[in-house]
Amino acid sequence: MELKEKLVSSFMAFEDTVDVHSPIHDIRTEAIKTFETEGFPTKRQEAWKYTSLNSVLKHDYSVFPKQENEIEFKDVKKYFIHDIDAYKIIFIDGKYASHLSQTTHDGIDVCLMSSALSKPKYRLIIENYFNKIASKDGLSSLNTAFSAEGAYIHIPKNKLVQKPIQIIHFSTGNEAALMLQPRNLVVVDENSHVQIIERHQSLTDNPVLTNSVTEIFTNKRAIVDYYKIQNDRESASLIDNTFVNQKQESLAKVHTFSFGGKLIRNNLNFYQNGERIDSTMKGITIIGNKQHVDHNTLVHHIEPNCESHQDYKGIFDDSSTGVFNGKVVVEKEAQKTNAFQANNNILISDKASINTKPQLEIFADDVKCSHGCTIGQLDESAMFYLRSRGIPEKEARALLMFAFSNNVLDSVKIPEVKNRITKIIANKLGVNIGFDL
Amino acid sequence: MLKINNLHASVEGKAILKGINLEVKAGEVHAIMGPNGSGKSTLAAVIAGKEEYEVEEGEILLEEENIDELGPDERAHKGVFLSFQYPVEIPGVSVTNFMKTAINETRKAKGLEDMPANEMLKMIREKSELLEIDRKFLSRSINEGFSGGEKKRNEIFQMAMLEPKLAILDETDSGLDIDALRIVANGVNKLKSKDNAVIVITHYQRLLDHIIPDFVHVLHDGKIVKSGDKELAHELEAKGYDWIKEEVNA
Repeated sequence: MELKEKLVSSFMAFEDTVDVHSPIHDIRTEAIKTFETEGFPTKRQEAWKYTSLNSVLKHDYSVFPKQENEIEFKDVKKYFIHDIDAYKIIFIDGKYASHLSQTTHDGIDVCLMSSALSKPKYRLIIENYFNKIASKDGLSSLNTAFSAEGAYIHIPKNKLVQKPIQIIHFSTGNEAALMLQPRNLVVVDENSHVQIIERHQSLTDNPVLTNSVTEIFTNKRAIVDYYKIQNDRESASLIDNTFVNQKQESLAKVHTFSFGGKLIRNNLNFYQNGERIDSTMKGITIIGNKQHVDHNTLVHHIEPNCESHQDYKGIFDDSSTGVFNGKVVVEKEAQKTNAFQANNNILISDKASINTKPQLEIFADDVKCSHGCTIGQLDESAMFYLRSRGIPEKEARALLMFAFSNNVLDSVKIPEVKNRITKIIANKLGVNIGFDL
Repeated sequence: MLKINNLHASVEGKAILKGINLEVKAGEVHAIMGPNGSGKSTLAAVIAGKEEYEVEEGEILLEEENIDELGPDERAHKGVFLSFQYPVEIPGVSVTNFMKTAINETRKAKGLEDMPANEMLKMIREKSELLEIDRKFLSRSINEGFSGGEKKRNEIFQMAMLEPKLAILDETDSGLDIDALRIVANGVNKLKSKDNAVIVITHYQRLLDHIIPDFVHVLHDGKIVKSGDKELAHELEAKGYDWIKEEVNA
C-alpha cells in the first residue's frame, strides 16, 4: 500500500486512540480530507522543484509505534545541551518521556500538547491559536490530522523565562521504519521572552521520517529565540514546517543548523501582523555524501516599519545538494519595510550542487529590500597561505569554513549552544582544533 | 641547510625555472635579485611547496632531506617559512587564532603537546613588541583591511612566532615606507642566528642596506646567471639589469 493510502486509512484507528470529543476533532477530520486531496508534494510543484520526497516516502513506515521504550539519560545525554539548567520536553518514538523531562506550570506552561488538547484549562489557548497559522498544504494538514503530541509552551505576559527550553524527539529504531508527526505550539504573550532549542535524534539506522509542525505566536513586544539543531543520522529525514505569527514590536529569531540527516526540508514562514516587527532567520548548512537540505523561507511584510533579516550559509561536499528558496512579500501598506536577505554557498566538490533562488514580491514603493546569493569554492590562495604556516590541509579547510559561517554562529545568544554547534561542526569536518576565531 | 640542484619547474605547462642551483648554509643571508618575470617569486613558491607548480627536474634538499613530495604544511613543520609578496586576506580568522593554530599544529606534527596558553600569550606579546605591532591588531581578521606596511609587518610577526630554520622573504620591501622598512628589517635581523638562514628576494637594493646579505644572486630567465657579494647589489642598483642580460646573451 502506498504511504498516502496507509496514512488515510490509519486515521480512523488513530482517532480511536485519542479523544474524539477533543476540541480539535473537527480540525483533524478536515485536515485528513485536505491531505487526501493534496497528498505529498511532487517536483511538479514550483516550491518542490529541487526536492523530491520519493526516496523517503518509499519505506513502509509504522504510523503508531507499538511498544513504549525506555531509554536511560546516560545513553542520550550527549544529545542534550546538558551543561545548562533547562526545561526539557522529551519524546521517545513520539511518546512523552517523563523520566527525561522537566516541565513546569509555575507561572508559565511548559508541558505537553496531549494535555493541552485534553484539559479544559488550556481550551481557550487551543481555540485561539491551534492551527491558526499552519498552512493548509498536504504535509502540514497531514500533521494536523495526526496531531496528538508535542511541546506546548505558553508564556503569559511580562515573564522573562530564565532557563531555555529543550525539545528533543528521540526515535529508538524499535520499529523497522517510523513516521512521526510532532506538533508544537508556542504562545508568548506581551513583553515576555523565551529561548527554545529543538532537536530530532534517531538512535539507530532504521529509517525515520519526521513531519513536524510548529506554530509560534509572538504577541506585542515579545521575544522568541528558537534554535533548531539538525544533526541526525543519515537514515533519518525531516520535514520541518514552522509558522511564526508576530504582533507589533515583537522579535522572533530562528536559527537552523543543518549538518545531519538524509533529507531535510525546512519550511519557515513569518507573518508580520503589526508595526515595528523584527523577524530574523539564519542558518548554517554543512553537508556531504548524498545529503540534501532545502531551506524554503517566507517573510510576509503586512504592516509598515518592519524589518526582516535572512542570512544562510551553505557548504556542500561530495554529492550533496542544497536548495535555498527565500521569498519576501511586501504588501502595499508595508511602507518603510527593511528586508535583507543573503545566501552564500561554497561547493567543495564537483559533484555537489546548490539551487538558490531569492524571490521578492514588493507592492510598496518606499522600502529597502536587498538580496544577494553567492556560490563559490574555497579560496585556493588562502589554503596555501594557511598551509604554508604549518596548518594541515584538512584543518586549513575547516578553518576557512568556520570563518565563512562565523557571523551566523556569532549571533547565537546561548554560549553553550554556540559551543555545541562549534563542536558538531569540528566533528563533522573531522578536525580537533579550537575555533575561537 | 638548503641545497637546490638543477631545479626545473613549470606552471600550466609553461617552464619558469630552468635549472637553478643554490646552496644556503646555516647562518647565511642570500639575496636573490632580478628583473620582473625572471622567476624569483616562483622559486620562493616552489621551495614553500605551492602545488600549482610542477617540479619537472632536479631536487630541493632541506638539511639533506628531499622535500619535493611534501605538502606546504609539512615543509613548514620542517622549518620553511615564506613571507608572501601579497599576503592573503582571510576574513573571519583572527591573527591570534591563526598563530595559535599554526604553532599547535606544528607542535602536534612533532609529537608535542599544545603550547600552554600563558606561554603562548607571552610569546605573542614579545613578538608583537619586536615588530611594533599594536595588540588590538592581533584580534583583527588576518590581513583584512591592513595597509601594505601592516601586512608585511604581520608576515614578519608570523615568522617571529614560528621561528623557522629557513625564511624566504618574497619582496617584503615592496609597499613599505622607510619606517616600516626599518621595523621589518630590524625584526629580521633580531631573528637571525647561526642556526637559521634567510633568503631575501627583492627587485631593489634598498632592503639590503638593512638586511646585509652574504651572497647576492641574479636570476634571469629561470636561471641564476651571476653570483657575488653585497657589492653586486650596489652595482645592479647603479647600472640596472640590462648589462646582465647582455652579458648572458653575449
